[in-house]
Parts: sequence; C-alpha cells; structure tokens
Amino acid sequence: MSVLVIAEHDNASIKKATLNTVTAAGKIGGDIHILVAGKDCDGAAQTAAKVAGVSKVLVADAPQYNHELAENIAPLVAKLAAGYSHVLAPATTMCKNFMPRVAALLDVAQISEIIAVESADTFVRPIYAGNVLVTAKSSDPIKVITVRGTSFDAAPAEGGSAAVEAVDPTPEAGLSSYVSQELTKSERPELTAARIVVSGGRALGSYEEFHKQLEPLADKLGAAIGATRAAVDAGYAPNDYQVGQTGKVVAPELYIGIGLSGAIQHLAGMKDSKVIVAINKDEEAPIFQVSDYGLVADLFTAVPELTKAI
Amino acid sequence: MKLLVAVKRVVDYNVNVRSKSDGTGPDIANAKMSMNPFDEVAIEEAVRLKEAGKATEIVAVSMGLKACEETIRTAMAMGADRGILVETDAQLQPLAVAKVLKALVAKEQPQAVLLGKQAIDDDCNQTGQMLAALLGWAQGTFLSKLEVGDGKAIVIREVDGGLETDEIKLPAVLTVDLRLNEPRFVKLPNIMKAKKKPLEVIKPADLGVDVDPRLAYSNFRDPPKRQAGIKVKTVAELVEKLKNEAKVI
Ligand SMILES: Cc1cc2nc3c(=O)[nH]c(=O)nc-3n(C[C@H](O)[C@H](O)[C@H](O)COP(=O)(O)OP(=O)(O)OC[C@H]3O[C@@H](n4cnc5c(N)ncnc54)[C@H](O)[C@@H]3O)c2cc1C
Ligand SMILES: Nc1ncnc2c1ncn2[C@@H]1O[C@H](COP(=O)(O)O)[C@@H](O)[C@H]1O
Repeated sequence: MSVLVIAEHDNASIKKATLNTVTAAGKIGGDIHILVAGKDCDGAAQTAAKVAGVSKVLVADAPQYNHELAENIAPLVAKLAAGYSHVLAPATTMCKNFMPRVAALLDVAQISEIIAVESADTFVRPIYAGNVLVTAKSSDPIKVITVRGTSFDAAPAEGGSAAVEAVDPTPEAGLSSYVSQELTKSERPELTAARIVVSGGRALGSYEEFHKQLEPLADKLGAAIGATRAAVDAGYAPNDYQVGQTGKVVAPELYIGIGLSGAIQHLAGMKDSKVIVAINKDEEAPIFQVSDYGLVADLFTAVPELTKAI
Repeated sequence: MKLLVAVKRVVDYNVNVRSKSDGTGPDIANAKMSMNPFDEVAIEEAVRLKEAGKATEIVAVSMGLKACEETIRTAMAMGADRGILVETDAQLQPLAVAKVLKALVAKEQPQAVLLGKQAIDDDCNQTGQMLAALLGWAQGTFLSKLEVGDGKAIVIREVDGGLETDEIKLPAVLTVDLRLNEPRFVKLPNIMKAKKKPLEVIKPADLGVDVDPRLAYSNFRDPPKRQAGIKVKTVAELVEKLKNEAKVI
C-alpha cells in the first residue's frame, strides 16, 4: 500500500491543506509520497520534502502545469496513480476541479470530502449539507479521495527529509488556457486556516456596513472574515468569503456569526467550530441552536461595543 | 449550437434531512422533491443562450426513477425544447451518471453539456469533471460567468482565492455555480406548453452503460449534536465568558 498526496501549492511553498491531507494519508497506512505539479515549483517541492512522514516528493515542473488546469494535470496524476493504492488531495476548489477527472480516467469512483478514515477502503463523508454522515466502502483498485482539511490535524511541516524526484511531464492537452485571476487581497489569515472567524450575514445591509462593522472586530481578534451566501450575493463581500455547503468549510476555535440566521447550508460550513458565538436580534434564529454563546441584540450597537470591549 | 443539460431530482433544499433510525439511508420517503438548485441555474443559462441566438436546441436529461419526469417537465417549462429520461432504480453514482451522459452525447452530438457544480443530496461535485474526462473535452467548472464565442468559451470560475478566468475550447463540459444567474419563475402557460414537449424514456441498458455503484454506502447517521449553549445578556458578559470560560480570546 502506498499513498500519493497531491499538493495544493503556489509554486513557492505548499499550502496548509496539503498538511491536513498528509495526516489523512497517514491513517490509511503505507508510504506517503507527495506530487508537486506546477511551473518553477522547486520551492514548493522543497517545502513538501520537509513534511514529517513523507518519504518521497515527485516534481512535475512544466509550463502546462501552471495554474493547474484540469485538462493538463489530470492525465499526469492518472498516469502516476498506477503505482499507488490511494490518491489523496485536499478538497479545495483547485483539487475538486481535477480529481474527479483523474478518477474517471482511471475508471474508478471518487470519494469526496472524507472526514474520517475507518480502514484502507472505508471512509466517512458528509452528505445532505452535513446533516447525514455515511460510511463509504470502495472496491476500486485505486481509491481517489478528496479530504476535508478541517477534519484532520495538520502534519508537522518540518522534520521530514524526503527524496525529491523529477517525473516526466505529460503533454499539453491544448484544450484550455488560463487568462487571468482576480484574487481577493487581504492581510488577514486565510479563512480555512484562521484561529478565529468573524462572519457577517444579510443583516449587515451594505458593502460599507459589512466592512465598517466587521473589520475593526476582526483586526482586534486577528480573525479572518467570512460571509453568508446572502451577503456575498448582495455584493457585501467577495465570493471567496462564503462559508457553507457550497462555499468554504471552516472549523476555527472561535466563530462569531453576526446578523446571519443559520440556514442549513451555512451551518454545513461552520458547525464544527469549537466555540460558536451568535449575535442576532431575533431570539428564534436557528443559529442560536448551535451557538455556545448567543447574544440577542441589534448588531449595529452590539458589534461596536464588542470591538471596544476586547 | 445544441446544448445538453443534466437536471437531477433531489430533496428540496429547505428540508432538514435526517437519517433513518436503522441507518439504512436518509429518511426522505415523504420529503418534498425539487430540481437541484444548481441545475436550475444550468437550465436558465442554456435558455438565455438560446434567447441570445447562440443556442439552437436545449435537451434536458435526467437519470433515475420515473418521477424524474417532473424535473424534466420543469426544465421544459423553463425553456428546454425536449427531454430524455434515463430510467433506472439503480443507486446512481457520479461515474455512472457521467457514463450515461457520455452515451447521450454520442447520440445527440451537443456542443456543450451543462451541469450543476454539485448535487445537494450527495454533495459529490464530480459528475461534470468525470464526463469531461470520458469525452476528452475541456471543462469549465464552478462558473459565475459564461461567454460563448466561436469554437471557444471564456469562463469565469469561482475559486478559493477569488475568481479565475479561463478560455476553453468547445465542445466542452460546463458546471455552474449559483451566482451565474437567477433562474426565472415558471409561468403557468409554460407549464402547460411543457406537457406537450417530447420526452423520451430509455434505459441505461439501451445505451449499453453499466450503472452499478462502485461505492457501498452504509451506516447513515446523524452527525454528533452540539451541546445547547447559553444566552448572554450583555456584551460585557459575552466578553467575560469568552475570556474566562471558553478561553478563546
Ligand atoms: C443550493 C444552495 C446552496 C447554498 N449554499 C450556501 C452556503 O454555502 N453558504 C451560505 O451561507 N448560504 C448558502 N445558501 C443560502 C442559504 O440557504 C441562506 O439563504 C443564507 O445562508 C442566508 O443568509 P443570511 O443568514 O445572511 O440571511 P438571512 O437568512 O436573511 O438572515 C439574516 C439574519 O439577520 C438577523 N438580523 C436582521 N437585522 C439584524 C440586526 N440589526 N442585528 C442583528 N441581527 C439582525 C435576522 O434576524 C436574520 O436572522 C445556499 C442556498 C442554496 C439553495
Ligand atoms: N441522476 C442525475 N440526473 C441528472 N443529472 C445528474 C444526476 N446526477 C448528477 N447529475 C448532474 O451532475 C451534477 C453534479 O452532481 P454530483 O457530481 O453528484 O454532485 C448535478 O448538478 C447534475 O447536473
């Protein structure tokens, strides 16, 4: 048995989600190798080689792997997969884009967003927006799996000394090309990795209020900012702030939900947070059913007061 | 160009699904069923392409029980021209659905297949990507904007860091996110008209596709319940609790 973990990286270094995935790989057993596919990605390969528990890093460094286009990266992963019993990748949008493509090329199922490993062929995953958990047993020769980062601790980033080995690139598929990206710039911690998340909902009412109310609080707490789909749809916050079934899954030590109702789809992305605080003026709001501390109040007075008090 | 759109019948998004007490499945026998919300967005986008003179025909496809005909009728009421139901009581998993769609693509020769990015029951987020692999086509996933040009499309995709723009060759598989458009309400006269639109019913075997599940699902259960917390009366009390009881700030 051996596991290939696909690294989420920015060419310079690997992202934390990769470390969570290495932990999941460790629960399966066998050797753990990491694939870094990118362009000028030696930096990422070197950081991957230091991850504790990893015995080999494969590097596919070629222009066609820049920006991780699915049409180019899937054939590479499918080719390498032949030597492994499991291929794991973090359940990030980048990996969700190409991993099912890998699975189909191998004619195997993909097991999406596992939250636990029961044995080498049996895994637990959430369905119905996390309202139901199910055990999935695979009979496929190669298991293709995406891993929910919040369900596995990060493997130590230091302590390993894996061999780094170059692999032959697969050809440019010629089907798609990257044009541009519009990334949200922020000095704050990344949403999925933050220790504290402050999230705002529709009640914030405008782009200006969303930022005026939440930013000073987030700054004081060193928190990331999240949002509900309603807040994103209304233009108060960019799409990558969305927490929930179809946005990001977060599980910080402290989650503060402000002016959001706690719809099923939102809870799907935050109900595993350690401590949940809700500020809502409606005492019947469903968010209070999952909150450790609920404050029934108008956010426009409570939030400035809270910001001042901490 | 001709468009194929995959529409799935799922438990309505407002239903708070629980598992059966014996763990054999979700308890959904009497649940309200609807079209997967993402698939409504896919149909809407197809209809807009047709209204803009870019698409010529829209074929709505669903796989599953006979009742999926309702979902196809809804798609036709929104503007799809005809429907295909691939009827089966097998438990369909994304790879099987992708294989059925591949067979339909061979038959129908569309220039694009539109799907939802994710079905809200299985939360798999796989089928479109798998179909693209099986066809050897380009894929545009998690779309919040689509511009169809000559032999290619410019797509804006919702990714973890923000938005990414790619150019993809047609034919292609496109999976849509919720912000791509706002689906129209279906009007009564259109529901009546949809009843007369052609709806073909076939079986997976007619397409020569093996739809057997690859994953065995068992032990359906509710996630651990959170302990009910307390209500604090003031901001000061909240801060005190967070500092001294929860010790998180
Ligand atoms: C397929 C699908 C997927 C979805 N995915 C997601 C997802 O990933 N993430 C997500 O968040 N949503 C998602 N949604 C949307 C979800 O169903 C809800 O519509 C959304 O979460 C509601 O956002 P909200 O809580 O901000 O708004 P609302 O439900 O409108 O809640 C606003 C709350 O603010 C309170 N309030 C109003 N004024 C004040 C005030 N002055 N002070 C304090 N409180 C106040 C109100 O009492 C209310 O509880 C999805 C929906 C669908 C159909
Ligand atoms: N049984 C089905 N019938 C029609 N379309 C389906 C079916 N299953 C999946 N799909 C399509 O595939 C998309 C993604 O589903 P999934 O990969 O299961 O999350 C859905 O939004 C639908 O467009």
